[in-house]
Amino acid sequence: MIKKIVLMGNPNVGKSVVFSRLTGANVISSNYPGTTVDFSKGKMKLKEKTVEIIDAPGTYSLEPSNRSEQVAVKMLQDADIIINVLDSTNLERNLYLTLELLEQEIPVVLALNLWDEARHLGIHIDEKKLAILLGIPVVPIVALTGEGIKDLVLKLQQTKPQKANKKRSDENRWIEIGHIIREVETVEHRHHLLRDRLSDLTIKPLTGLPIALAIIFFSFWIVRLIGETLITFLFNPFFETFYKPLALELGEFLGDGFLYNFLISQTYGEIEFVEALGMLTTGVYVPLAMVLPYIIAFYFILSLLEDTGYLPRLATLVDNIFHKLGMHGYGIVPVFLGLGCNVPGMLATRSLETRKQRFIAATLLSIAVPCMAQTSLIFAIFSNPKLQQNLAYSPIVYILLVFTTLLVLYFVVGFILNKFIKGESPEIFLEIPSYRIPHFKTMIKKTWMRIRWFIKDALPWMFLGVFLINILYTIGFIDLLASFFEPIMEGLFKLPGETSIVLLSGFLRKDLAVGTLLSFSTGTFSAMQLVIIATMLTIYFPCIATFAVMMKELGIKDMAKAALIMSVTAISVGFILRLILLGV
Amino acid sequence: MNGTTTLLVHLPPKRKAKIVEIHGGFHLQRKLCSMGLRRGQIVEVISRQPMFGPLTIKSGNCSMTIGRGMAQKITVELP
Repeated sequence: MIKKIVLMGNPNVGKSVVFSRLTGANVISSNYPGTTVDFSKGKMKLKEKTVEIIDAPGTYSLEPSNRSEQVAVKMLQDADIIINVLDSTNLERNLYLTLELLEQEIPVVLALNLWDEARHLGIHIDEKKLAILLGIPVVPIVALTGEGIKDLVLKLQQTKPQKANKKRSDENRWIEIGHIIREVETVEHRHHLLRDRLSDLTIKPLTGLPIALAIIFFSFWIVRLIGETLITFLFNPFFETFYKPLALELGEFLGDGFLYNFLISQTYGEIEFVEALGMLTTGVYVPLAMVLPYIIAFYFILSLLEDTGYLPRLATLVDNIFHKLGMHGYGIVPVFLGLGCNVPGMLATRSLETRKQRFIAATLLSIAVPCMAQTSLIFAIFSNPKLQQNLAYSPIVYILLVFTTLLVLYFVVGFILNKFIKGESPEIFLEIPSYRIPHFKTMIKKTWMRIRWFIKDALPWMFLGVFLINILYTIGFIDLLASFFEPIMEGLFKLPGETSIVLLSGFLRKDLAVGTLLSFSTGTFSAMQLVIIATMLTIYFPCIATFAVMMKELGIKDMAKAALIMSVTAISVGFILRLILLGV
Repeated sequence: MNGTTTLLVHLPPKRKAKIVEIHGGFHLQRKLCSMGLRRGQIVEVISRQPMFGPLTIKSGNCSMTIGRGMAQKITVELP
């Protein structure tokens, strides 16, 4: 009986588009597909039965060279059928994994993806002959348009038990591949394409670096533009016109008291969504109306960068810088993902080969890479109308101050860690895929999965956070906590004792801290103190969700080390900033 | 061997050359091999990043970025 189908293939062969095609809209659960390394899971109908289908991370061989490939190899163990997706324009290299797969006792169906592109490049493959030579079904497909997918499903239904081929040495596998290629493939010569020229331009340092800067700048500009537009025209109107009256009505129904404080607001009457600290106001508004719009925008742009194939080029361009930090160019990928949410960023560190590289990448991520929740909170703090009177300069000055500090920190801490952490830092070895036009539906699906994941993760923690803060308020513990930490905050950082509460709530969720911060009276923090708090909020600890994933990825011992580094960094940076910015 | 041999790291851009030897351990051999870099393959250098940065090379339809250290372990033959 077929229960589980696993999609296997080299990276960048369009596996996720095939996955998207096969599963239709019914992807039940998924983590972060694409650049990250967790697998996606979905369901499809096969002979009237529902079977599970898994999109394993891309791998070049069954001898894994990093942890994401290990995940892929592990997926094999309980597969009933393997769909081996190949890039027809790179048949030779792709067949290596195929031969390895045929040495297992699992039926394999070969999907020759990018069939149209191969033809366009002048590559002709005799798929019937290939099927005979390998002894398995072979289906040419164009996942992007859906061509051949029906045939693929048909072939899945006709699979027969597979007898494992004899294990061969690398050398012998390549000899066999040589034979096969000579039998089935003919190549006509074609001239340089525009795409090749574009590829050259974006990878040569002289032109590539300015282009990279432009792309990064443009990406963030677009994210802000989309995010702001969504807030102004969609999320804010919704909350103000529809949600607020409902909340007010509920408030009237509840009347002033304990329940009102918990659910709606600390103060009876008017509702200020951000600082009310009610579960149904701040708890919903901050993650959904302030952070989510930017998350949507960010992940959409990220999918674009991923699916066009730009990220490996960026990794190439920054490789020598990242080498100084003990990683290699691929280290930019966790940073990019982490700017959305640190959790997938942590998972992406798996694609680095050694413990040292993963440790540095994970630690730097948690110290110096603000997630979208943090970023939007930093923007929210400094552009909050209530605080404008405290600011001597335009908000952007303070915002830049925070981000510059973080950027400098990324390099300084990375440089130091590289010197002191033992272990190897292997060199970069990365495929540079051809540029491709992204498949819009797959992109939307991927963005949607990530957004759903954000909502699923954010809301419970936000509720819990607001709930706990409320309890602390109600029993009067907040003031106690503030006065207890007063000497440390005041002595070390020249910050009011209330800062401890902001930092505490930031551990639960970074965006909760903005609510707590703004709930204090306007004069509590000066502008420069806000800069210090915003910076320390990013550095001192990741939020609890990231913390948990990091612990799983690094193990308890390394996590303890990382936590120590974070604390020391946060305290030192807080102290240095105090000296520079407050001048005392 | 009839042509001149050099290390991949010194191969001038836009010149096609054949890999004749990969020095280095089993691990490196396998790693390169799984991406199709092995004896007999034709390669060309597309770009070099400054400050001992990596090389981007092309072999068949497939481009890849490889560290200088690795490129120093690959001997190629110019026709």
